Amino acid sequence: MPNSSHVAITPISVWRRSVNNLVTIAAAGAVILVLLPLGAIFAYLVYKGIGALNWAFLTQTPKPVGEAGGGMANAIAGSALILLIASCIGVPIGIGAGVYLAEYGRNRFGDLIRFTADVLNGVPSIVVGIVAYAIVVLAQGHFSALAGGVALAIMMIPTITRATEEMLLLVPQAIREAAYGLGVARWRTTLSITLRTASSGIITGVMLAFARVAGETAPLLFTAFGNQYWNWKVNQPTAALSLQVFTYAISPFDEWHRQAWAGALILIVLIVLAVSAVRLVAGRGMLKGTT
Amino acid sequence: MGVGIKVEHLNAWFGKTQALHDISMDVPANHATAIIGPSGCGKSTFVRCLNRMHETIPEARAEGKVRMGDLDVYNGTAAVQIRRRIGMVFQKPNPFPTMSIYDNVAAGLKLNGFRNHKQLDDIVERSLKLSALWDEVKDTLRKKSGASLSGGQQQRLCIARALAVEPEVLLMDEPCSALDPISTGKIEELIFQLKEEFTIVIVTHNMQQASRVAEFTGFFLLGKLIEFDRTEKIFTTPSDKRTEDYITGRFG
Amino acid sequence: MPGPQPIAKPEVVDSSRARAQALLRAGTNRIWDDIFQFAMLACGVFVLVLVAIIVYELVTRSSLSWHAFGWKFFFRSEWDPVNEQFGAWPFVYGTVVSSILALILAVPLALGVAVFITEMSPRWLKGPLAFTTELLAAIPSVIYGLWAIFVLVPLLRVYLEPFLGRYFGWTGLFEGAPYGIGMLAAGIILAIMVVPIVSSITREVITAVSQQQREAVLALGATRWEMIRTGVLRNARAGILGAVILGLGRALGETMAVTMVIGNRPEIAKSLFAPGYTMASVIANEFSEATSDTYLSALVEVGLALFLVTIIVNILAQVLVWSVTRGMPARGHA
Repeated sequence: MPNSSHVAITPISVWRRSVNNLVTIAAAGAVILVLLPLGAIFAYLVYKGIGALNWAFLTQTPKPVGEAGGGMANAIAGSALILLIASCIGVPIGIGAGVYLAEYGRNRFGDLIRFTADVLNGVPSIVVGIVAYAIVVLAQGHFSALAGGVALAIMMIPTITRATEEMLLLVPQAIREAAYGLGVARWRTTLSITLRTASSGIITGVMLAFARVAGETAPLLFTAFGNQYWNWKVNQPTAALSLQVFTYAISPFDEWHRQAWAGALILIVLIVLAVSAVRLVAGRGMLKGTT
Repeated sequence: MGVGIKVEHLNAWFGKTQALHDISMDVPANHATAIIGPSGCGKSTFVRCLNRMHETIPEARAEGKVRMGDLDVYNGTAAVQIRRRIGMVFQKPNPFPTMSIYDNVAAGLKLNGFRNHKQLDDIVERSLKLSALWDEVKDTLRKKSGASLSGGQQQRLCIARALAVEPEVLLMDEPCSALDPISTGKIEELIFQLKEEFTIVIVTHNMQQASRVAEFTGFFLLGKLIEFDRTEKIFTTPSDKRTEDYITGRFG
Repeated sequence: MPGPQPIAKPEVVDSSRARAQALLRAGTNRIWDDIFQFAMLACGVFVLVLVAIIVYELVTRSSLSWHAFGWKFFFRSEWDPVNEQFGAWPFVYGTVVSSILALILAVPLALGVAVFITEMSPRWLKGPLAFTTELLAAIPSVIYGLWAIFVLVPLLRVYLEPFLGRYFGWTGLFEGAPYGIGMLAAGIILAIMVVPIVSSITREVITAVSQQQREAVLALGATRWEMIRTGVLRNARAGILGAVILGLGRALGETMAVTMVIGNRPEIAKSLFAPGYTMASVIANEFSEATSDTYLSALVEVGLALFLVTIIVNILAQVLVWSVTRGMPARGHA
């Protein structure tokens, strides 16, 4: 471009500068607009939830329709049971698949599994519920905590697989070689050295998957189905916190609406606890002392 | 006591590319043998064939005869067992990051089922003394992680770890190239000492190191063993012109 | 040459050595390696089997409905369980409209947030802002729904819908009684739920654009916005489109929050104030009460359609996102 010292350098036009500023303001406005509902949701959860939270809520089962009082104790326990079942199924399979992909699956077949895991991740939760219904509820003839656990396990697996694979790939090959050089068998190396080195990252992935499914409702609608009473049996319909919040929220009873807020508050607190536990574990660091 | 290694007609490939051509060599027991040569000449590949680490790389294979004492390395023994009798120290120190110093040294034994704690303590102490690291870490054995040591200390830790399983041969693949001169000096002293109990094969791109540390030297070029003789002879009156050119710095 | 100084030699503990050697020589079965590999392979194959099962169940259990109604199933409007007449058009309509409405609201916001966080925000603010928008993604759907029923819907009923009806009613989109519950509420709550995904993928994609691109534009004397527009957004176009499509995928499959505020009536109306029904909602509401085989089969067929659409949308989105981020350095497995 010809550059002559005779030509005065014109300042950026007012128009361009104003557009620039306007866009910045608009973007900042977008941020505020997005954070508003977040703030509002948490504010209402705390405000309305705490109001309805009391010792009875945490220890009692629901009272019959119309009566005041009662609680969601059975729902909290039910959620715990369902999540336990889901974890027992989903965590080992997810980690196993992740180990396969990282250590043995650097090939086309592994790509197929990776792709399929992503597909699985995108299946709508209600559809997972249909499938769990088909393979567990229909086979058994009744709703059950097991069916709910299976549905949630299906949703946990892709997240855990992905996280495990990523973390294992981060372990330097030199570490594995060090173990091979000592005459350690490959399976033992993978188990005791590689997995151990990647463990905190894998635990993070597992907890994130856990936190994600802990709040799920749709897959439980016709698998665990819900229950007004205590249930510890794997093969019976079971209450779940998220289900209970849903049922109460859409009911016409004010009392139940109050309790729905309390249940929601407990649910979000448990999820936040799980995610915070993740940060604590991850903070312990997998590669202590190395850069 | 160490044993010698007899290599006969060893060939190695990475996929379709041949990396080693018909190597035959006698590594004498209880001495240090240096393997020298320019980059890419196959020194590391050769040494990794001795303990069958070469085959851990996908699409890599080796053929030929390697005998260590009474053992045929490639025929009839599991690679895992070979590697318990031929130890290896790598170019970049690679201690296990999630383990303490103690656990690092004991790793080779523990992972192979050895459980007696009293004996483990003795073996760990002995190995760390052998690798001249004991005095520096004896108070923080279980508290500090292997990765929190300095580079030179980490490499000595890796040497201790390799020695703990009491191999007969110790392979060292450019063990000092990532270290500062002082650490290098300490490790060279170590090698001198270790020779009495083990047979050592050390790959080095540093010719001065070879002449300091090894009684025998093998010169590799383009995947072939050009010359193998006593170190003094290689460095003063080499038989092959190519060796002489490399020694005098005409290439490499 | 002067030799290195000898170091003190430790005592040899012979018995321990012999025992160590003996133990080390034992047990070197290759069988365990094979068993382990097989077990891991089984886990990987399980993932494949799972998806195969999903497809199988959805297809076989919807076949009844498929044979009864054929393709037309998705274009008929009659949803009459009593007379066993099923048509899914209202649900398709509801799903599409609510999702598009959600995107119209969410995409500008998400882009604004993403651009602000990556390009405009002061360094100390970036982390907290990113964290809080990710927090939005962690809130369960049912809690969004709860808040929507008791906070959003009254707001709509009392303030927003009368306002929209008065000034924009002529468009036909804001007619009818402002109950609050309806398509508009569903669209808004969906938008809130979709913003975090679109914004976080957009951030990833924007960050993947190389620094050289930005500097090239700045060096020509562009303002920051102009740099963002031509140096960043233009290059990240495909990825941003991918992020939007991913958001679409999420909106299509979203069940609980929508069910709670959309009104659940299989009707088609132009006005956004009217109640509607989505594919996910009808399954959620009616599945456990489905009395006949055809009824259930019709619902499964809706689920199958939802599954297929979501899969295609997600794959498309991932291809688009990958096309921009593939320049990123591969993670080490040295």
